[in-house]
Amino acid sequence: MTDKQTVDTAIQYQSKLFVPQASSRPETTPDFSHIEIPSPIASQRPDVLSEAVDIQDLAYGLVRVLGDDHLVAGPWAPDLSADKLLLGLRHMMHVRAFDNRMFKMQRQGKLSFYMKCTGEEAVAVAQGMALKSSDMLFPSYRQQGLLFVREHSIVDMMCQCLSNAKDNIKGRQMPIFYSSKKHNFFSLSGNLATQYSQAVGWGMASAYKGEDQVAVSWVGDGTTAAADVYHALVFGSTYKAPVILNVVNNQWAISTPQSFASTGSTFAARSIGLSIPGIRVDGNDFLAIYAVTQWAAERARKGGGPTFIELYTYRTEGHSTSDNPDAYRGKNEANFWPLGDPIDRLKQHLIAIGQWSEEQHQALQSELTDDITKDWKEALAHGSLDNGPHWPVTSMFEDVFKEMPPHLVKQSKQIGA
Amino acid sequence: MAKMNMIQALNSAMDICMDRDPNVLVMGEDVGYFGGVFRCTDGLYKKYGPHRALDMPIAEGGIMGVAIGMGVNGLRPIVEIQFSDYIYPAIDQIVSELARLRHRSGGEYFAPVVIRAPCGGGIRGGQTHSQSPEGIFTHACGLKTVMPSNPYEAKGLLIAAIEDDDPVIFFEPKRIYNGPFDGDHDKAASPWNTHPLGEVPEEHYKIEIGKAKVLEPGSQVTVITYGNMVHVAQAAIKNSGIDAELIDLRTLIPLDIDTIKASVQKTGRCVVVHEATLTSGFGAEILSQVQEECFWHLKAPIERVTGWDTPYPHAFEWEYFPSQKRITQAMLRTLESN
Repeated sequence: MTDKQTVDTAIQYQSKLFVPQASSRPETTPDFSHIEIPSPIASQRPDVLSEAVDIQDLAYGLVRVLGDDHLVAGPWAPDLSADKLLLGLRHMMHVRAFDNRMFKMQRQGKLSFYMKCTGEEAVAVAQGMALKSSDMLFPSYRQQGLLFVREHSIVDMMCQCLSNAKDNIKGRQMPIFYSSKKHNFFSLSGNLATQYSQAVGWGMASAYKGEDQVAVSWVGDGTTAAADVYHALVFGSTYKAPVILNVVNNQWAISTPQSFASTGSTFAARSIGLSIPGIRVDGNDFLAIYAVTQWAAERARKGGGPTFIELYTYRTEGHSTSDNPDAYRGKNEANFWPLGDPIDRLKQHLIAIGQWSEEQHQALQSELTDDITKDWKEALAHGSLDNGPHWPVTSMFEDVFKEMPPHLVKQSKQIGA
Repeated sequence: MAKMNMIQALNSAMDICMDRDPNVLVMGEDVGYFGGVFRCTDGLYKKYGPHRALDMPIAEGGIMGVAIGMGVNGLRPIVEIQFSDYIYPAIDQIVSELARLRHRSGGEYFAPVVIRAPCGGGIRGGQTHSQSPEGIFTHACGLKTVMPSNPYEAKGLLIAAIEDDDPVIFFEPKRIYNGPFDGDHDKAASPWNTHPLGEVPEEHYKIEIGKAKVLEPGSQVTVITYGNMVHVAQAAIKNSGIDAELIDLRTLIPLDIDTIKASVQKTGRCVVVHEATLTSGFGAEILSQVQEECFWHLKAPIERVTGWDTPYPHAFEWEYFPSQKRITQAMLRTLESN
């Protein structure tokens, strides 16, 4: 190598390790001014069997229905009665009241752990309401709203969190890792994204049997980096599985901002190269989420295959009871979030169309809070985490296999000895 | 009775189950149109169609994820992992999901998936086509682990696995797909049609999972093995003239400790043989249990003959592959210490 070549290489070498930055850190002021918020009339609502490539504008835009005036506009406005909207509002408020109570109970040492979905209640509630109850749900850990929509017993959810004698999964999982076959709600896993390809397999089986159920799954923005997400998209598209694959982009994966997975694009855009429509929707707009989910479900039932939906929202509180968001993001970053709060937006809409009032809202809030207090007392009567009663200790040897093999029979005797 | 090699016997098992139950399907890389790289699913595509002999994208983690979802939705998927060496991308789905689903959901959900995976060496496959990873899966709770050693049992065990409501990982020692192999690689290969266990009924039958078989009765030493090594150990016993009792485990989990216990308590000596690497191999588990159950009957330290703790070497295959000689030496060592 000559000296001249060395100099040339040095000049040409401009590569630099790029590290994405957060929307804010404790020492900076949150700034979401770069986020473009289109008007509800800006998005097209295409035929449900459109080709992904022909509707890619939906992957880069933001489907909205509720405008800044709290009224409905644009082609995505769903046909929803006031009663149904009020039910949606009630579910979201119920979830929030539940979350608040459970969070407090964790702080008082009554629960080992808890995860709230504050600020993103519309995702699970609107999507759950847009689906048929026979559709199979493969949720992540922040879609507790689905269980409210499917009228799961609140007391039983609390019993799961308490791992008490009434816990239907027998004290085997941490709080919030619900499972309810009766409600077509799949057993939650702590290993992120695994449910995504499982949902695709479930949908493939539904198609194999000629049934009309759709499988629906959720991951967060951070989890989109996992291989299972790619597997789900490839397999889902290859076999045109009747599935809806959702990414809840709530901006944060514990302390890691969404920019560590979004690679400078939208998440919705990721599916287009795999021939799956990608739709980005205002995740705090109950009506828009409902409409987009309905569109995707219809596409799936008509044999059009998967839809990839990015729900653009914001995680108002910490990841779980185990982290303090003030340690990694700007204080009150939520107040800067430009898409508001889903409960407040639906409330304002209902008030604007004359179906609701501030007084009714306050009354409902008190009613739900009281209900939750009552439910909590009832759940505790079935046993507390520390003092039980729990399932018998030998029950841990059950369900490892359908029938207990000799080595587990032996161990179950040892534990009691 | 028909003469079948192990490939034909496995094919017959899948054919029968697919014929009897429309919810059974085979899936994996190259299993459909082509019939599998080892031909185990040959003809199933033509007979049952592309949706039941289902070719899949090359992503073991994805294949396993969708198999679980299918199983939860009432199907009975038989997944072929082309080589057991390729199973690692699917480990999370197998160990964290498939194996634990029934337990973590309080018995609400289960996925009756069978994972078939050709394993083992002796085929000049080097380190990426020769591994025996069964010990990884016996360590996970909730998986039944099976490894047959001949066509007759391969068919009966596979049908039992397909009809089982628990997930079963079914390792197929590929060196003996076409004929038993006693470890003597200089000798001409013998086909299954000259072996009594190459006689395979064409109809449906099952061999119970969780039961070992005493293959050769003997009184001086118990040799415990499975898969490929059954034939190597059998030849070692025959050629050495040692009065050894040979046990073919057939199933690793659940382990048939009663059969092992009865034999070792009788012989007082024990040699464990497997092709997988030594440290933390399934042999270590057998040793522990023999020690727990038979300590006061033992007359000699328990011996292990296994693959070495190295990646499987291409050039030194026959130095790596546990030989008749090593097995004989191990048996003799147990007999020497009195």
